[in-house]
Amino acid sequence: MSVLLKVENLKTQFKTDAGLVKAVDGVSYHVDEQEIVGLVGESGCGKSVSQLSVMQLVPTPPGEITDGEVIFEGQDLLKFEAKGSKMRSVRGAKIAMIFQEPMTSLNPVLTIGRQITEMLELHLSMDTEAARGRAIELLRLVGIPSAESRIDDYPHQFSGGMRQRVMIAIALSCHPRILIADEPTTALDVTTQAQLMELMKDMVDHFRASLVIVTHNLGVIARYAQRIYIMYAGRIVEAGTTKDIFAHPHHPYTIGLIKCIPRLDEEKGKKLVPIVGLPPNLINMPSTCAFLPRCPYRTEKCEREPWPGLNLIDGQHYAACYADIREE
Amino acid sequence: MDTSQDDTLVEVKNLKMYFPVTRGVMKHTVAEVKAVDDISFKIRRGETLGLVGESGCGKTTTGRCILRLYLPTAGQIFFEGQDISSLPEAKIRPLRRKMSLIFQDPFGSLDPRQSAGSIVGEPLKVQRLVTSEAEYEERVEQLLRVVGLDPSMEDRVPHEFSGGQRQRIGVARALACEPSLIVCDEPVSALDVSIQAQVINLMEELQEGLKGLTYLFIAHDLSVVRHISDRVAVMYLGRIMEITDAETLYENPLHPYTKALMSAVPIADPFVEEKRRRIVLKGEVPSPLNPPSGCSFHPRCSLATPECSQVIPPLRDVGGGHMVACIRV
Repeated sequence: MSVLLKVENLKTQFKTDAGLVKAVDGVSYHVDEQEIVGLVGESGCGKSVSQLSVMQLVPTPPGEITDGEVIFEGQDLLKFEAKGSKMRSVRGAKIAMIFQEPMTSLNPVLTIGRQITEMLELHLSMDTEAARGRAIELLRLVGIPSAESRIDDYPHQFSGGMRQRVMIAIALSCHPRILIADEPTTALDVTTQAQLMELMKDMVDHFRASLVIVTHNLGVIARYAQRIYIMYAGRIVEAGTTKDIFAHPHHPYTIGLIKCIPRLDEEKGKKLVPIVGLPPNLINMPSTCAFLPRCPYRTEKCEREPWPGLNLIDGQHYAACYADIREE
Repeated sequence: MDTSQDDTLVEVKNLKMYFPVTRGVMKHTVAEVKAVDDISFKIRRGETLGLVGESGCGKTTTGRCILRLYLPTAGQIFFEGQDISSLPEAKIRPLRRKMSLIFQDPFGSLDPRQSAGSIVGEPLKVQRLVTSEAEYEERVEQLLRVVGLDPSMEDRVPHEFSGGQRQRIGVARALACEPSLIVCDEPVSALDVSIQAQVINLMEELQEGLKGLTYLFIAHDLSVVRHISDRVAVMYLGRIMEITDAETLYENPLHPYTKALMSAVPIADPFVEEKRRRIVLKGEVPSPLNPPSGCSFHPRCSLATPECSQVIPPLRDVGGGHMVACIRV
């Protein structure tokens, strides 16, 4: 499989009254063709901001992409003007995004039909009639019953799950190469979540696209992703295939995450092992490893040396840690 | 204790809670939302009963009825043997000391202008459980310490705490009057996973430490519910579909809805996930304004027969306290 998207040393900062927030601090990752990649981390770890940076959707000011490259189809997207036509021909068309809030990411005063045809007319220069036909087809594809009549409905006439289906239809309307789903099912019920994840998986198969799932839910990742990146405090701390990471987690944060969530199939009476302390404040970060204050494996070297970069463990498995931990 | 027969703390019998839908200036009732429709169950002293279901299934309403924050439409609620379902407000108040509530949102459920100490201590004053200022101070300090907060932080206001710490304040407030029942309504769902575990462990430790502390744990996250509960009740559209112990819930779920719900929850293990059979439910939860006839799950059920749309299946014991409301199992 060839590399479709390659992000190198991406840095995004926000200037706030309290100081400079390094939300994304040197993130590198890649997405292969027709691959499902997971980006995991807790709130504030920079997973969403890194994706918004790729799309050049970071509000500037206060945000600013200060460094890095986003190579897509041989070109560096960060060289494009954020509001320029080159970026617009990629954003939404070749790289599409689905957001967490299906309630707020649709325009409440436009029919859903208009919101899909807008994309088709803009990016694919379809005429009104062809666009409407295609929109109905798309709605049918994502499982909206009686699409011909519902196309003229407004977002408030749909349930949360149906709205997210509409979002998926919009995202897929121009045959994107990559679909970025930012916490796509977090606000929804579990059975709806399962329906939508299956739908997204089928759709990226159907359109031969790649899927980037941004989530805090390790279960969703274990079920759908082939490769994962674990993020903490603006950096990637572990990367590898899903199986490698779950079978041999290497970074203390990954180990902590896996141990602290209750599992549906666990034995009764098992105690959870929480990660002590709190995620760091991203303002005035020390140069040492950001996980250090919470790390049960810390050594003297960790206190002395700067935050380590990703080291190869084996195959495609990388971790950013000095300690040599082998956990089953 | 006045209930002589067994260790039942709460017993709910045929509870119904209908909310009227009104229209016009005269507010005449045009329809009813059957949020809770004829449910019965017991909570034993010292246990944790989990109540799971998707949004709108009536789990929160059930919790609020038990606390008598709502006046139920019909049915009975026995708390320590006493029927509280139609007690007047004045007689409910002293009972409120014995039952408290932990809310979902650690941001919205604490008064932003009140200090942590005063939030935790307020129930003591309202219920007149302390006689002197010194006793009050001592009790607040002790409560904060119990939930793992430094008593020196008692003068801080909620925004100075993290989400996890705020939820600890909520737990301390719930414990203030030494209740026998705490209704926990989605207590960890607003927290990050690493913080979730801290709060879950705290709640488990409290229960181990305080003999007889009983939780009604309401949540949509099945993994969390199964982890913390001794028994679990699964709700769908205002009715209980299945009640069983947490072990059996995963090993041997019987109701088709429970099975679908379990299979929808991904397990954080790619090797287990590879082998699991997935049941993806079709369609959406129908509106509680106009629920399907018979078994409310029948339009989405793979086992449904014509009979399912005619009779409301009773919740029956299939052995060992495993209750299920389905005529097909």
